[in-house]
Amino acid sequence: MSSLSKPSRRNFMKLAATASGGLFLGFSWTSSVASAMEVVSDTAIAAGKIEFNSFLALSPDGIVTILSPNPELGQNIKTSFPMVVAEELDADWTKVKVVQAPLDTKKFERQLTGGSGAVPHSWERLRKAGATARYMLVEAAAKRLKVPASSLTTENGMVVHQASGRKLSYGELATEASKIPVPTDVKLKDPKDFKLIGTAVRNVDNHEMITGKPLYGLDIYKEGMLFAMIQRPKAFGMKLKSVDAAAAKAMPGIVDVVTFKNNVAVVGKSTWQVNKARKALKIEYEKEATLESSADHDRIFKELLDSPDVTVRRKDGDVDAAFKKAAKVIKSEYQCPFLPHSPMEPMNFFAHVREDGVELAGPTQTPEMARGMVAKMLNIDPEKITLELTRLGGGFGRRLSADYVLEAAELSSIIKAPVKLIWTREDDTTGGTYRPAVRYRFEAALDEKGNMIGYKLRGVGMNAGNPTREDNFPSGAVDNLLIESVDHKSPITTGPWRAPITNFLAYAEQAFLDEVAHEAGKDPVQFRLELLDKAKKSPVGEIKYDIDRMKGVIDLAVEKSGWGKKKGVAQGFSVYFSHRSYVAQVGEVEVKNGAPVVTKMYAACDCGMVINLSGANQQVKGGIIDGMGHAMYSKLSFKDGAPDQSNFNNYRLIRLKEVPEVDVHFVNNGIDPTGLGEPALPPTGGAVANAIFKATGKRLRNQPFIEQAELKTV
Amino acid sequence: MATYKLQINGRTYEADVEADTPLLWVLRDNLGLVGTKYGCGIAQCGACTVHVNGDAVRSCVYPVSAVGTSKVTTIEGLSEMGDHPVQLAWDEVDVAQCGYCQAGQIMAATALLNKNPNPTAEEIDNTMNGNICRCGTYHRIREAVALAAKKTK
Ligand code: FES
Ligand code: FES
Repeated sequence: MSSLSKPSRRNFMKLAATASGGLFLGFSWTSSVASAMEVVSDTAIAAGKIEFNSFLALSPDGIVTILSPNPELGQNIKTSFPMVVAEELDADWTKVKVVQAPLDTKKFERQLTGGSGAVPHSWERLRKAGATARYMLVEAAAKRLKVPASSLTTENGMVVHQASGRKLSYGELATEASKIPVPTDVKLKDPKDFKLIGTAVRNVDNHEMITGKPLYGLDIYKEGMLFAMIQRPKAFGMKLKSVDAAAAKAMPGIVDVVTFKNNVAVVGKSTWQVNKARKALKIEYEKEATLESSADHDRIFKELLDSPDVTVRRKDGDVDAAFKKAAKVIKSEYQCPFLPHSPMEPMNFFAHVREDGVELAGPTQTPEMARGMVAKMLNIDPEKITLELTRLGGGFGRRLSADYVLEAAELSSIIKAPVKLIWTREDDTTGGTYRPAVRYRFEAALDEKGNMIGYKLRGVGMNAGNPTREDNFPSGAVDNLLIESVDHKSPITTGPWRAPITNFLAYAEQAFLDEVAHEAGKDPVQFRLELLDKAKKSPVGEIKYDIDRMKGVIDLAVEKSGWGKKKGVAQGFSVYFSHRSYVAQVGEVEVKNGAPVVTKMYAACDCGMVINLSGANQQVKGGIIDGMGHAMYSKLSFKDGAPDQSNFNNYRLIRLKEVPEVDVHFVNNGIDPTGLGEPALPPTGGAVANAIFKATGKRLRNQPFIEQAELKTV
Repeated sequence: MATYKLQINGRTYEADVEADTPLLWVLRDNLGLVGTKYGCGIAQCGACTVHVNGDAVRSCVYPVSAVGTSKVTTIEGLSEMGDHPVQLAWDEVDVAQCGYCQAGQIMAATALLNKNPNPTAEEIDNTMNGNICRCGTYHRIREAVALAAKKTK
């Protein structure tokens, strides 16, 4: 047993048993709650008036109920969090019930999904919650059996007295356990005794999902609810001038057409009716900003790459001197296009703005922020706004923005009715908040022995602030290094996209390092290992990644993929640290009918301890498919401010037949979990590009690969 | 507007809608059968897949007026208890991530297995290639279809 490092304050509050009995335990998602919590009465619980931070309930029938506070979008949090509680509790997993909590920032902290941060944030809190309840159950059993608590063990929802062979179920102890004082400190399990954590556990919502139960925002149908779609300007940089809605209003089922900001909203009695009527709107727009085309972006990027007006992000040593004395200089530029997020469930939200309060419901990754923004817009106390969280049909960062929540709320406040705002796929693809395009220029200086003595990166982004991650590898491993950035302000709206910045940056860096290794006449893995050795022995400046963990995943990927040992197989290597975890990948490519085909991907991941092997495996496979699919096929381009693509007929997403075999491995080092929602994606583009180079001799310096002239001449 | 009598999941439903309304929106907006999903509206993604007389169709482009007396099956009607072999395989393989595309995937897989209980890997790929899963659960979809085929034997 390992004891907690910090003596915890009173983070748990026992909630008195209800009339029907049972143990209710409120637990805090923070370890810094200063205010002591009090035991509240069962009448308060019955009235639903308890102010606790979260809860775990154990009823006399043995059912353990755990509230899951974070939005679920396929990252499997609704299964993995309760697994952690159940592990420390030694609960019978078949009796655990998970309930999605509504937005309540008094009860829950960090009720958002993004940045792969949920698991690291809550790991210890969840364990303590389970261990606290277990402690109380054991104490209750000790009293009942009149034996010392130390003579009792727990397993599978039972307290066991080994000496006498007696067993008591958690259910029958629940009410007595509720009378045990809440411990201020509990012992946690030694991870080597984990039975549930690290195993493959099926998603707790499987049954609902495979039987078509209403789970998502679009499935919301409330009493008296109207349906709405909004016509937004067709180009970024345009604003609304005039609307002729006569024809639309005359169409069947249409209740109203209202205008706010640059939006023309068609409100009606069904999705199809508003969709049809929207097409009958006659709208004029006028220009209010530059109407940018992709050709403009290409030109702007090239200008900015030579701009004297840059922000220096990191500077080590003397780069000019290093490049002057270099035996060889390698210089390359990489570019990636705009991307929409394309979650399968398009944006939508329900809003009902009444005199006395606001009801919101739907899919969002940031419920608290969304509520705050609605409160501000409507000038209403956030306390008067309820927000019901639905399961998200994907997010990928798109639902970190609350634009569609605000639209729904504003519309409801104007029409004074409950309304579900629906974005069509076309709205979703053309409606903005994209992953912005970016261009990188890399330069490397090699000495006679092929050592990298100088490294330069200039990133030019759009609305990105800093399109680099200046402290990532190889920073710290090169004596003379300069990382700079320039940003272009575009009227096209942009926002975070799964693995923000690193989604493209890692591809470019890892592909460039492959070029440098090749020019240095070194094996790409050996080249990276030499740099890491240098960083370890004589670090340059600050190092913000863990060298040993990075080497750990490199070694594992090399071992599992048979790196360099396979005859006739073209392999490409990539390794990246992002969002607290480390992933190395090897891609394998074959040329079939004149085109390179990715046949296999290997991934070696260090995300700390794996909680749910099933979820983690799929998270890595999904991340690789996401990374590979977008690198190969996806692009959003613009003409005069308007996207050229609008739906899956002209915007290409990866499909089943294009997916290679993926072999996933985890480093088992006992470190607390560091998150896995994003880290598998960034290295993929590089591993694929480097394998294609190996197979064809062609360097792919632009995404999507499929459009590159290099590939057409294979 | 006209009234349509529809045979869905072994029951008769009535809907008062315009003739060009896609079956998808009749199911969702009028009949409360929300298991069938909207993903693209132009027959590209397969999220809206249902069976019409046993054939997998894209309900987002299937006008209600074309249904006639055909028998429609949606995800809700695949089995009473959610224990159709394809559903069981989907649970066992733990296919879903966000889950949004999965009703369509299951309906596409079921239609395939009804016609071809023993599909080859290539036949599975050919059918399932029509359904997009943005989360990238493609490996598990392949695996679950193969498992369902085994279960049906
Ligand atoms: S919604 Fe019908 S195929 Fe996409
Ligand atoms: S599981 Fe999310 S789109 Fe398929």
